Amino acid sequence: MANVTVTINGTKVEVPAGATILDAAKKINVHIPTLCYCPDVGCGTANKPASCRLCLVEASGIRPRPVLVPACATPLARDGVEVWTNSARAMKARRTVLELLLSDHPQNCLTCAKNQECELQKLASEFGIREIEYQGARNNFPIDESPAIMRDLTKCIMCRRCETVCNKVQTVGTLTGNGRGFSAKVGTASMIPLADTSCTFCGQCVNVCPVGAIVGVSYVKKVWDAINDPKKTVIVSTAPAVRVAVGQEFGFEPGKPVTGKLVAGLRALGFDKVFDTDFAADLTIMEEGHELVGRVKEFIAATQAGKSVKDASLGARLPILTSCCPGWINFLEHHFPDLLDIPSSCKSPQQMFGAIAKSYYAEKIGVKPEDLIVVSVMPCQAKKYEAARPEFAPGGIRDIDYVVTTRELVRMFHEAGINLANLEDGEYDSPLGESTGAAVIFGVTGGVLEAALRSVHTMLTGENLGGDAINFRAVRGLEGVKEAKVEVAPGISVNVAVASGLGNARKALEMVRQDRTRFQAIEIMACPGGCINGGGQPYIHDGDRKGALERRMAGLYAEDAGKPIRLSHENSDIKKLYEEYLGEPGSEKAHHLLHTVYHENIRS
Amino acid sequence: MCEHGCSCSSAAAEKFAELDTFIDGLKLDPADARRRGRLIQILHRAQHIFGYLPREVQQHVAQKMRIPESAVSGVVSFYNFFSTKPKGKYVINVCLGTACYVKGSEGVLRELERVLGVKADTDPTPDGLFSLTALRCVGCCGLAPVMVVNDKVYGKVTPAKAVAVVEEIRAREAK
Repeated sequence: MANVTVTINGTKVEVPAGATILDAAKKINVHIPTLCYCPDVGCGTANKPASCRLCLVEASGIRPRPVLVPACATPLARDGVEVWTNSARAMKARRTVLELLLSDHPQNCLTCAKNQECELQKLASEFGIREIEYQGARNNFPIDESPAIMRDLTKCIMCRRCETVCNKVQTVGTLTGNGRGFSAKVGTASMIPLADTSCTFCGQCVNVCPVGAIVGVSYVKKVWDAINDPKKTVIVSTAPAVRVAVGQEFGFEPGKPVTGKLVAGLRALGFDKVFDTDFAADLTIMEEGHELVGRVKEFIAATQAGKSVKDASLGARLPILTSCCPGWINFLEHHFPDLLDIPSSCKSPQQMFGAIAKSYYAEKIGVKPEDLIVVSVMPCQAKKYEAARPEFAPGGIRDIDYVVTTRELVRMFHEAGINLANLEDGEYDSPLGESTGAAVIFGVTGGVLEAALRSVHTMLTGENLGGDAINFRAVRGLEGVKEAKVEVAPGISVNVAVASGLGNARKALEMVRQDRTRFQAIEIMACPGGCINGGGQPYIHDGDRKGALERRMAGLYAEDAGKPIRLSHENSDIKKLYEEYLGEPGSEKAHHLLHTVYHENIRS
Repeated sequence: MCEHGCSCSSAAAEKFAELDTFIDGLKLDPADARRRGRLIQILHRAQHIFGYLPREVQQHVAQKMRIPESAVSGVVSFYNFFSTKPKGKYVINVCLGTACYVKGSEGVLRELERVLGVKADTDPTPDGLFSLTALRCVGCCGLAPVMVVNDKVYGKVTPAKAVAVVEEIRAREAK
């Protein structure tokens, strides 16, 4: 496409025709405030409804006279446009817009969950707003709380980022613009509670909300209460993606793994034992790998017995789908009841951890399950919903008592005056703390499948992969749907796919519906990029979501490469767990503790 | 219980069947994103059949069209034409557009509120016979002030004339 030249504040800049004024201004480092605009709410999808008008600039060469236009949504089609971003007229218009927005926004910033993380608050600070001239009507909506996500629509500014990510990126379709005019807000169908909708609790709406209208439900107080209860033994486990995201909040380079500091910090908070969900990730690979090998063998036997490839696939319930991600499992139960039999029956690593902690570990240390409090630190909102599922509370005692997100953990550290940067590295406790490189990469799209492939190779051949063969690079990267053909043993190749983001999951599942023989294994994660982009991770404020995710991804693969053991089945604590307690992968006891069933739960 | 999972009567089941016949006749392709363009047309018919658009009807439309319920709800809540509350058998619309207003339509509206015992743009009369709503311009300002009862337009209405129309309907319905 041809280039056009535009003059911004007297400086000429050349951009491709069709670029916006905002794009051109960025190129020469001219800052224009924005609010509803978000360059990437997920999978590279931009949100630019041009509804907030905070990016108004004055431009000539568009109409006969200079006009105010929104910079985010005004494309430059021809040469000769002249823009003033800081003319008196433009600045006055933007200030009026901001004051009008603030006139219908609660001013309880001090007690808001988004205090100091709020884009509206930041703008009010940058504009130097000291009083709000306009005193008019105000909206007032009741707060809607679910086990995972809380909505306070009184704070909604109708930027519609949440609606875009929910519909366009995730294709979940829970959120919609509701009503019109002054009282219009983004809500659910008929404004019903979120818990009654098709919401998967992926939390991507939480990640992109610029204000405090959609936030995670906090369990911080309950965790403090447990830690301070002398009758309770309180243990904590950390999900893989937390270690590459928490550091940025303490001045570490974004994406840098700070595992040792994280462990030391958790110990300083007062947890009795600090364990690793990665241990349970290795356990997942033992069970899921066993399942995959079983199904592939069944498939091979059926084809050798003369069955068609399609019948053999249906009979062996291929492709197997991963089941680590609770957001994805919610999506499956809501929208794909015809495929409920093909996911792995494995619980997620979080729930495996809880089940083992409240049985094997509780017995080992002689504590009653009800006196053992298990806390998970997760990058995720859906994990809160998962932990509250009734099937994960045998006898009414929950396997996972509380889930806090990476963001909530950062707040706990701040409240306790703990700065991770000042701590010496700590080590995870035994026996639920040892993990391998295969488990660490669970936190990024493709990682679960790669970890499984590494162990499946050993299960089929009896030999461990070594050298570079351990790296299955074909399933790495942030692309939404990845496909690869992988040789898992001499003469046995499987077609695999990896989907992250529920819109991409939908694409992969439609492929499965059309052709059951196309893939034998599919990894699915609800959040685009996997858990590194989970709904509970630190906010990405600069708009460069892809860059942030690439850094977190690189951190996880570096951690994997640096681990002495990179195969789940070589984890010595896992071996011990099977020897002492579970027997073999797929044993009756393993099934009882580590596997689950899925339920049809159609939501419109 | 009817087949739609609600506790509606067979009369309601007939209405759902009528709506289904209409939607099926549109031959929507579930693989074609443009099917959403038919939503307003379908809701228009649904409101004609049911009189209003309660949540069960919205859910039914969503399932039939294979679109999220939120997509239906968003449209229903946006347009004033669509109502989620039942309306009376006779919907009396009084125009408060400029021409009708200066010709005294507000007096007509107030008199109807008094006679019917309900405020405009609220619930129907307790007997379910009348709903009273105000609207802005029907496009026949020459007849101002204008009152529309269901599909019938009354021109040059006075408070007394409006009450006479109500009385006539009441008498007819009492038979």
